[in-house]
Amino acid sequence: MIENRPGLNLLAHLVLVLGVVVVALPVWVAFVASTHSATDFMSGTVPMWPGPHLVENYSKMLDSGVSTSGTPPVARMMLNSLIMALAIAVGKIAISILSAFAIVYFRFPFRGLAFWCIFITLMLPVEVRIVPTFQVVAGLGLLNSYAGLSIPLIASATATFLFRQVFLTMPDELVEAARIDGAGPMKFFRDILLPLSRTNMAALFVILFIYGWNQYLWPLLVTTDAQYYTIVAGIKRMADAVDGLPQWHLVMATAVLAMLPPVAVVIGMQKLFVKGLVETEK
Amino acid sequence: MASITLNNLGKVYPGGTRAVGDVNIDIADGEFIVLVGPSGCGKSTLLRMVAGLENITDGEVRIGERVVNQVEPADRDIAMVFQNYALYPHMSVRQNLAYGLKNRRTPKAEIDRRVNEAAEILQIGQFLDRKPRALSGGQRQRVAMGRAIVREPAAFLFDEPLSNLDAKLRVAMRLEIKELQKRLRTTSLYVTHDQLEAMTLADRLVVLNGGKVEQIGTPLEVYRRPASAFVAGFIGSPAMNLIDARAVPHLPGTAHAGTIGIRPEDLTVTPDGPILMDVLAVEELGAQRLVHGQTGGEKLTITLPSDSELADTLRLGFDRASLHLFHRETGVRID
Repeated sequence: MIENRPGLNLLAHLVLVLGVVVVALPVWVAFVASTHSATDFMSGTVPMWPGPHLVENYSKMLDSGVSTSGTPPVARMMLNSLIMALAIAVGKIAISILSAFAIVYFRFPFRGLAFWCIFITLMLPVEVRIVPTFQVVAGLGLLNSYAGLSIPLIASATATFLFRQVFLTMPDELVEAARIDGAGPMKFFRDILLPLSRTNMAALFVILFIYGWNQYLWPLLVTTDAQYYTIVAGIKRMADAVDGLPQWHLVMATAVLAMLPPVAVVIGMQKLFVKGLVETEK
Repeated sequence: MASITLNNLGKVYPGGTRAVGDVNIDIADGEFIVLVGPSGCGKSTLLRMVAGLENITDGEVRIGERVVNQVEPADRDIAMVFQNYALYPHMSVRQNLAYGLKNRRTPKAEIDRRVNEAAEILQIGQFLDRKPRALSGGQRQRVAMGRAIVREPAAFLFDEPLSNLDAKLRVAMRLEIKELQKRLRTTSLYVTHDQLEAMTLADRLVVLNGGKVEQIGTPLEVYRRPASAFVAGFIGSPAMNLIDARAVPHLPGTAHAGTIGIRPEDLTVTPDGPILMDVLAVEELGAQRLVHGQTGGEKLTITLPSDSELADTLRLGFDRASLHLFHRETGVRID
């Protein structure tokens, strides 16, 4: 639909600007808050422009953290989050691409049952099965470990479905040509399926990395040792200051830092991400 | 290179549908055999059974001296060209050609030699480092054939390789395939639904209908003496006229025939001919024209020179020798 009416154009831009303001204003406030000193917030007015304490606040958070809240330095928590997010993204992709490969290309007994079992996990996200999952993880002695943080979140059906759809669109002749060319199943998987689903893997990686990074409830449950706190759960602990006011300037500095890696991933992989969602290169 | 023998070959799908039955073909070394038939006649299934992509439920396939029923496609020493080319989209043309050889652990120098040789034969040398998506349909087709050539197989299997090309390119590629096969002298099995393609390419034609072989023979044999009414109607363009004998009871010597066949080009306009045709439509082809009409309720087509006179009704005659007589129920030739 192409229309050329100035009024409509203006309205469209107005809506867009409004949208940007709604999304960006809280981020701006957080950033501004992170550049002031603690006393600036006692005055009752919220500053709207950056203050002089940017370097001081951020280096303090990265190096030492807020001792009263019991959280380790932000750098440590970011590392934990990074390990967890990467483990979830890579683990999920690896497991789901293999299971999709099995479901699409092999005829084995109970194939339909396997498919439906995977399907059912769609209805059981971590939040629903959190108590039994916690029991299992605790029983395996995985509390306060990276494995405990990431493994329960790896098993899920969404990614399997995505790859299943991708594989189903591959022409049968490609499989047959590979068979005649003497490529066994695993060779076919490595030489043909993997390269052809590269963009889909990238798109999925972006989504899963952010999913993993933003995990809140699960890390809060399974980590009691400060060494394993993730940054999103850590922000909450900082805001719950014991015996005192929350140090908002430091909390906000942490929040801004927590935003950076997902933003970097999205920007860095934007091209592949879009390609993976729209392109059909077969 | 090798001969291929199909012995009572049959295929029944798990549901009980019979796709192919009792096919017996002896293909000599270096021969070009075309399997032709309407869609759904089992020709592709038959080819895929030879390739090993489809299970064989009855009979056996021999390539050379070896029964290959249980042999993996890669070990049957065949190469296949697919209708949609089935090139690996993420590999360059060179990698596409080399992939099968690499899987077979052919030495690097040998791979290079064969790839360059195939590229030269097919004139795709300048595309070797491009991806398939940067090639036109005809070029992709060449690459697909190149992938078959580099294997230096005992037999080429073609599954409607020209159907995705436009008409002009199809004619050109048809000729190229023919020349290439003559040069390489590799046994070839070619599937098509296009009877013209079948006629021009084949050393011998195999006409299939409903999973059964209707006739095997050289293109001219099949054209001149079709073994059944089905073959008669399928081979030749425009198609042979098949008339119920009761519609023209006055034709001499056809009393015992159920169906009378006569090719459009064998009918002539003669003032005292035995058939009176009402003209319904005329198609101009340039060099000649097709006149469609009917007689006694049966449709009839006749080929005439483009300068011939037309009228609302035409009297048609023919040479007795050009009649083909078929049994009414079975369609089998009876003379």
